[in-house]
Amino acid sequence: MTQTPTRDAGLDSPEPSPGPVRDDLPQLGLRGGLRFLWAQLSSMRTALVLLFALALAAIPGSLVPQRKISPVRVSDFIAAHPTLGPIYDKIGMFHVYTSPWFSAIYLLLFVSLIGCIIPRVGVYARAVRARPPRTPRHLSRLPAYASAEVGTADPDALLARAAGLLRARRYRVRVEGTSVAAERGYLREAGNLVFHISLIFVLLGAGIGALWGFRGTSVVIVGQGFSNNLTQYDDFAAGAEFTDSGLQPFSVTVRDFQVKFETGPVQRGAARLFRADVTVTDRPGATPRDVALEVNKPLKINGTTVHLIGHGYAPVVTVKDAQGDIAFSGPVVFLPQDGNFTSAGVIKAPDARPDRLAFEGIFLPTAVQTGTAAPSSAFPDALNPTLLLTAWSGPPKVETGAPENVYSLNTAGLTQLKTSAGAPFRIALQPGATVDLPDGQGSIQMSGVTRWVKLQVGDAPGIPISLGAIGFAVFGLCLSLFIRPRRVWIRVLPAEGGHSLVEVGGLDRADARGGLTEDVAELAAELSGTAGTEQEDPR
Amino acid sequence: MRFEYYSSLSLVLSVVVYALAMFAHAAEWAAARRDTSLETEPERQLVGARAGGSGRPSPGSTPAPAAGESPEGSGAVRQRVEQFGRVGVALTLVGFLLSVVGVVCRGLAAGRAPWGNMFEFTTSAMVFIVAAYLLMVWKANLRWLGLPLTLLAAVGNGLAVTVFYVAVAPLVPALHSVWFLIHIVAAAVAGAAFNVGGLMSVLYLLRKRAEDRGQVRGYLAWLPTARRIDLLTYRFHAFAFPLWTFTVAAGAVWAEYAWGRYWGWDPKETWALVTWVIYACYLHARSTAGWRGSKAAVVAIIGLASFWFNFVGINLLVSGLHSYAGV
Repeated sequence: MTQTPTRDAGLDSPEPSPGPVRDDLPQLGLRGGLRFLWAQLSSMRTALVLLFALALAAIPGSLVPQRKISPVRVSDFIAAHPTLGPIYDKIGMFHVYTSPWFSAIYLLLFVSLIGCIIPRVGVYARAVRARPPRTPRHLSRLPAYASAEVGTADPDALLARAAGLLRARRYRVRVEGTSVAAERGYLREAGNLVFHISLIFVLLGAGIGALWGFRGTSVVIVGQGFSNNLTQYDDFAAGAEFTDSGLQPFSVTVRDFQVKFETGPVQRGAARLFRADVTVTDRPGATPRDVALEVNKPLKINGTTVHLIGHGYAPVVTVKDAQGDIAFSGPVVFLPQDGNFTSAGVIKAPDARPDRLAFEGIFLPTAVQTGTAAPSSAFPDALNPTLLLTAWSGPPKVETGAPENVYSLNTAGLTQLKTSAGAPFRIALQPGATVDLPDGQGSIQMSGVTRWVKLQVGDAPGIPISLGAIGFAVFGLCLSLFIRPRRVWIRVLPAEGGHSLVEVGGLDRADARGGLTEDVAELAAELSGTAGTEQEDPR
Repeated sequence: MRFEYYSSLSLVLSVVVYALAMFAHAAEWAAARRDTSLETEPERQLVGARAGGSGRPSPGSTPAPAAGESPEGSGAVRQRVEQFGRVGVALTLVGFLLSVVGVVCRGLAAGRAPWGNMFEFTTSAMVFIVAAYLLMVWKANLRWLGLPLTLLAAVGNGLAVTVFYVAVAPLVPALHSVWFLIHIVAAAVAGAAFNVGGLMSVLYLLRKRAEDRGQVRGYLAWLPTARRIDLLTYRFHAFAFPLWTFTVAAGAVWAEYAWGRYWGWDPKETWALVTWVIYACYLHARSTAGWRGSKAAVVAIIGLASFWFNFVGINLLVSGLHSYAGV
């Protein structure tokens, strides 16, 4: 067991040791002050406080909505709490895990950890080469003690026998004078150090992933494809060291997407199967291969992973303008709003003439008549697909090239189409149906429904480091918790009548182990027993 | 259908039997109150416990009868305590077998491992907890933990069959993974050890307080010494902590497969980490001067509270990716 001047006993040492020396407090200079600070920071007590602080600081992030996980819930929260919301925002409650105070705690913790580990590695390196400590004068004062009288006067043979017994029990043995000193369990501290060093590598792996990694998502309609370049992403986040030349030039075509939902009485509507059949081309010119992409089976393409993380509906519509020309035709992505896939979306036909047309509304995969309530879907599968829209028209827009959100409609410059009674013109479409717009402005047809999948493409280069480090951490942890260092001393003293007195003393360096007394007694018995057979030897 | 019926039947019966076991252990404690002998030599006990190595020595040998007490009266009390204790363990064993039957039938009914929702996880975890306890009763004479443990088992399975119950259903696609077996079994086994350790910590605090006051009487005199309880508690936690580390890591690996990120600060992940950190505190506290003993025991109890909150609170109160309680 090792002790350092900066941190008192390790995970396991039962005996208390003095904390940082405080005698020199009055004449602290700058260096002394720094040293004192360092000693404080790397002390076990500080580590304990920091651990508690880390646990406490992590809690609010699980109770208050987090911007990274659910931005909508954060805005809802701020809207619902007009006074608390901005305060929370200011102190970083909506991004707890990247907030300065949370970062400060774990960085301090790791500094403290490093401050503890470095001296302990040195101490351990010396301890591991050291021989077992000398035999104490009074073995009977040790926590476990046994003695036995042996009927032989050959102390050297007894000592050799004792050393052999201890070596067989995998002790490191030192024979000196009339006694044997033995120690075992050196790997405990090694495990302890491996565990703590591994934790640093776990963080390092996470850091590498955060700096060099990227993650983005793309919505791909079934039948269409995705090729891995920045323009194809709907959202994209990358670390500071990431460059888009790091994107592997693969492409993925979604041929089919199968989804099944529970139709039985229990958990009706729960998802039971997601499966996208995709064709992957690893790089331009490579032979395409067919793969099934499922929830727990991501694709791995040259180090980049592709996950299937969402899906939804894309009604296929055809919009004709007032001149009878097709202004838009194809599937339109609608975004699910609830578990039954009541989906919202916008259909834009900017090329319609003389006026451009736009539609806004919801898609219900299983529409049910719910009286006066807002229309919604009753089941996530497309059993009764219905598209409910309102229509807008306006003079053609000047092409500016400015990007436009495809999921929302900016109604500036548009007027809503009304019925002759003045109410908003409402369109309800089912597959195959066509609705003519009022005043001969055109028509909209829904020819069917297809689905889209949301692919997440990403690379976190630190994962192998973190994963390996976790493996080492668990292994080191097991060593440090299950190996029980122990010291045993055996002394042979001459006794009356040509006999010898064998004394065995033992000390556990970790208090998790029982059986010290038994082991010591057993050693004493075995030594006297062996001698006993010698005694029978006629001499 | 039939398996599902037998599963529910066994589990409900197990609740009843666990409750009876709890009453037997309560009677054991109550009978021990009659034992007026005051333990006056904690030192002697300490040595005895160390020499014994495992658990309480044969219950007949302790507590030490106080001077001037009639040995007959004390002997009768001891016999009664012993009888109630044995009945408690026997009933616990019956309840355990019933809950094993219940969990196995549930698995057969669902055609998969029976830990896909809160009900199934609770009943499976209770099997692990009681198994750990019974094993230790057999190996290390842990019967003194009977009352809190049967209380936990009865309440756990009771909540499961009443509040958490959901009918058999297949799994959502996110759970179709080999990690479903690994991650959840590791969580359940680590949880079992944390629970047993936490209950011991409570008894440790009671016993320690009595020892510090020099008034170890009643059932507390039947407990091992505070030092011995502390040692056993530590061993349970030392077993559970690496396993919990593995559980969290395995969860991260699974999350990378299923959700495309290994750590996303989902509430369940956050609380798993919080629980981990608290138990790390416990291990450090146990070897820090001024934190050993009662303070460390309190930390262990806080850790257990955090474990429970992660299981019950996060499943029912907070929405997140781990929300498949189905309640």
